[in-house]
Amino acid sequence: MADVPMTSEAVSPPRERGRTSSSTFVRVFRYTAVRLLALVLSVVFGVYLTILVANMGGAVDDIRRGQIREGVAMMLSMDPELRQLSRAERDALSAEFIAIAEARFGLDQPFIIRSFRFLQNALTLDLGRAEHLTSDSGSREVRQIILERLPPTLVLFATANLFLFFFSVSMALFLSRRYGTFLDRMIIALSPASSAPSWFYGLFLILFFAAMWGVLPYGGMVSAPPPAQTSAYLLDLARHMILPVSAMVLSGIFASTYSWRTFFLIYSSEDYVEMAKAKGLGARDIERHYILRPTLPTIITSFALMLISMWTGAIILETVFNWPGLGRLFFSAINLYDTPVIVGETVVYAYLLALTVFMLDFVYVLVDPRVKIGGGRGSA
Amino acid sequence: MSRLKRIFQQISRYPSAMLGLAVIALLLGIAIYTMVTIPYSEAIRLWRGGEAVWGEYPRTAKPVWTDWLTRDRLPRSIVLDSRTSPAVEKTAQGDPEASHRQTLTFTFDYPYEGFPQELVIFMEGSYAERRPHASLTWITPDGREIRMGEMAVRSAETYRPGQDSRLQRRLRGDSAEIGLFRDPEAETRTAIKGTYQMVLDVDLFEPEADVEAKLVVHGQVHGLAGTDHRRRDLTVALLWGTPVALAFGLLAALGSTLTTMIIAATGVWMGGWVDSVIQRVTEVNMILPFLPILIMIGTLYTRSIWVILSVVILLSIFGSAIKTYRAIFIQVRESPYIEAARAYGASNGRIIFKYMIPRIIPMIIPGLVVSIPTFVFLEASLAILGLGDPVLPTWGKLIDDARSNGALFQGYYYWMLQPFFMLMLTGLGFATLGFALDRIFNPRLRGL
Repeated sequence: MADVPMTSEAVSPPRERGRTSSSTFVRVFRYTAVRLLALVLSVVFGVYLTILVANMGGAVDDIRRGQIREGVAMMLSMDPELRQLSRAERDALSAEFIAIAEARFGLDQPFIIRSFRFLQNALTLDLGRAEHLTSDSGSREVRQIILERLPPTLVLFATANLFLFFFSVSMALFLSRRYGTFLDRMIIALSPASSAPSWFYGLFLILFFAAMWGVLPYGGMVSAPPPAQTSAYLLDLARHMILPVSAMVLSGIFASTYSWRTFFLIYSSEDYVEMAKAKGLGARDIERHYILRPTLPTIITSFALMLISMWTGAIILETVFNWPGLGRLFFSAINLYDTPVIVGETVVYAYLLALTVFMLDFVYVLVDPRVKIGGGRGSA
Repeated sequence: MSRLKRIFQQISRYPSAMLGLAVIALLLGIAIYTMVTIPYSEAIRLWRGGEAVWGEYPRTAKPVWTDWLTRDRLPRSIVLDSRTSPAVEKTAQGDPEASHRQTLTFTFDYPYEGFPQELVIFMEGSYAERRPHASLTWITPDGREIRMGEMAVRSAETYRPGQDSRLQRRLRGDSAEIGLFRDPEAETRTAIKGTYQMVLDVDLFEPEADVEAKLVVHGQVHGLAGTDHRRRDLTVALLWGTPVALAFGLLAALGSTLTTMIIAATGVWMGGWVDSVIQRVTEVNMILPFLPILIMIGTLYTRSIWVILSVVILLSIFGSAIKTYRAIFIQVRESPYIEAARAYGASNGRIIFKYMIPRIIPMIIPGLVVSIPTFVFLEASLAILGLGDPVLPTWGKLIDDARSNGALFQGYYYWMLQPFFMLMLTGLGFATLGFALDRIFNPRLRGL
């Protein structure tokens, strides 16, 4: 369901607590420093927790050790020359191989020490090499793998989310002007339909359009083999995008229009809007200067969060539609215990989120003259 | 009591709320009925018991109600057991002290369009040394006699006419399911309706020897909900999915909302470091990827639905909702009645639990009701990713089974649509009620 932060704290103007500010510069600087520190700490903690969970608190190491042991035993038993060695010699050789392999994976150090090295690497965006996954071009670099999966996710989610966002906001504005009409009541009645997630509608659409009627593909991003011409390729891509995009739109559109509509309605019942109406201002002017203007911080917040949410993709929707994006990458990484990929994706998201939250504070000041940086107590 | 009555009166003015309530009542009814009639252990047995439980059901058979959509009456399953069914006649010839012959005649009526899915004959022979010898004959309604097969009967013998290539040659290339039932004169393959007979002649070579047999004609439809690829009756899973989904959704929504509320109130009231710790934890938690962590827990630790449920509650406690509640509590904190409580020396706990939390309960109820389906669908989402509870049958697992066994490609749409319907019903029921409650409890929205 679309999350419209109606009572976001940053939006309501913080009350002055009787403290006269020393100087604007010091206040802004102090606020920025504290805020940055808090955000950096959150990112560090969040990423470290992810590292702990993705490694099962170190238990994944045992799985890796087992895999190494098995691999070495297989290798030794396959080699006809080594088979002639005595048992003691073979055991010594296998122990040596295991030690080398474990050292190569860093398994000779205790997990707790390595976990901090992981953390350091992750925070410096040194994403390292994947353990099992490779990019389609054959690279083990996590950066390469992620960069390769990013475009498909962006194409799909940008199309759906941008459409969803702009359509629902403008539709909501339109409805808030004429609430109580048939269309408005229909949106209200349909809004519970958004309780189902997009993969649910996705499967539903696949059932009808791909399985029953066979007019659209079951999934994937392009046909195999992909069309050679660019125009044909784009057309094919668009054909494959119809169902996933519709699924996302179907699951989001009603509730998001409904909550934006309610949000705008609350603002359009303010006294100053009545006043503007009484002054005889046109509907467009009222909308632009008296409704959109004070709601801008909320709209921007929602837009920014929507933008960074594209980074994660959607695990299930991509799985259902066989879409080669970041969500599916994440899922396969989890299934293969490929912690570098899991941590790599999480840390980039954490940075994006922290950066967005940080920037939003300043954007609020720019768009809302009532908000003062560092003005109120506990403005987190 | 009068307050509840007043709320109910208000709700009854909203038709959508009444509709939502009716749906929820229906689901609760189904849940209670299920738990009473099919106890937990029985459900597990029915769902995971093995061939003994579902061997007589057809494979991926449509639900019986698909008949109503078409004019054809699709074949039902027919089971005739010589030990229990009166439709099986058992006669003996010859000297029972020496070699003798037993005849089992299976008579059944076949009034359906189309052909059965599969024929299976289970035989159980009891003998000391020499195996009894059985030969099977099929008698169609128009009086033709078709020789089926002959075999020595061991203690457990299964004969599948559909896999008998000699029988198929005798039926001029048709498989037994079609050839034994079709009208040989007709151009198109049509089944002859009427009374069929299968005669099982058994030669017994010992005085004590005996043969019992069971004829199973697997139909194309079965039960209220059809069956899956392992012949399991989907009704069990659809019914048992209801209490599981409701319990998961209600517990997760209640658990996370109540805890979040208490924590937000405590943070606001205590202020200082308590508040900032809560804020920081919330920010860390917002960075943690929610679904991926659940997937990791499911893959790496355990798949028990109740462990996953606890993790869901734990992760949702410090969600974005805490910020919303915080904003409301900050307003509540400044109210005069709180000041009054403080003046008479009320303890922190008393103020938080007796004065602050009750104040915002009406405001959070709609959100709570709306969030229930989110958690119900979350359970289904985990099942789609193959992380469903391995023991319990749930709606999500049905969808996952259907998806991974090619229900979409092979046209077993009922398999996916039925759990879809139940999920959608639950989602719409709670969401409709929640949206209506939102309008009732939030006066700012009432006129809108």
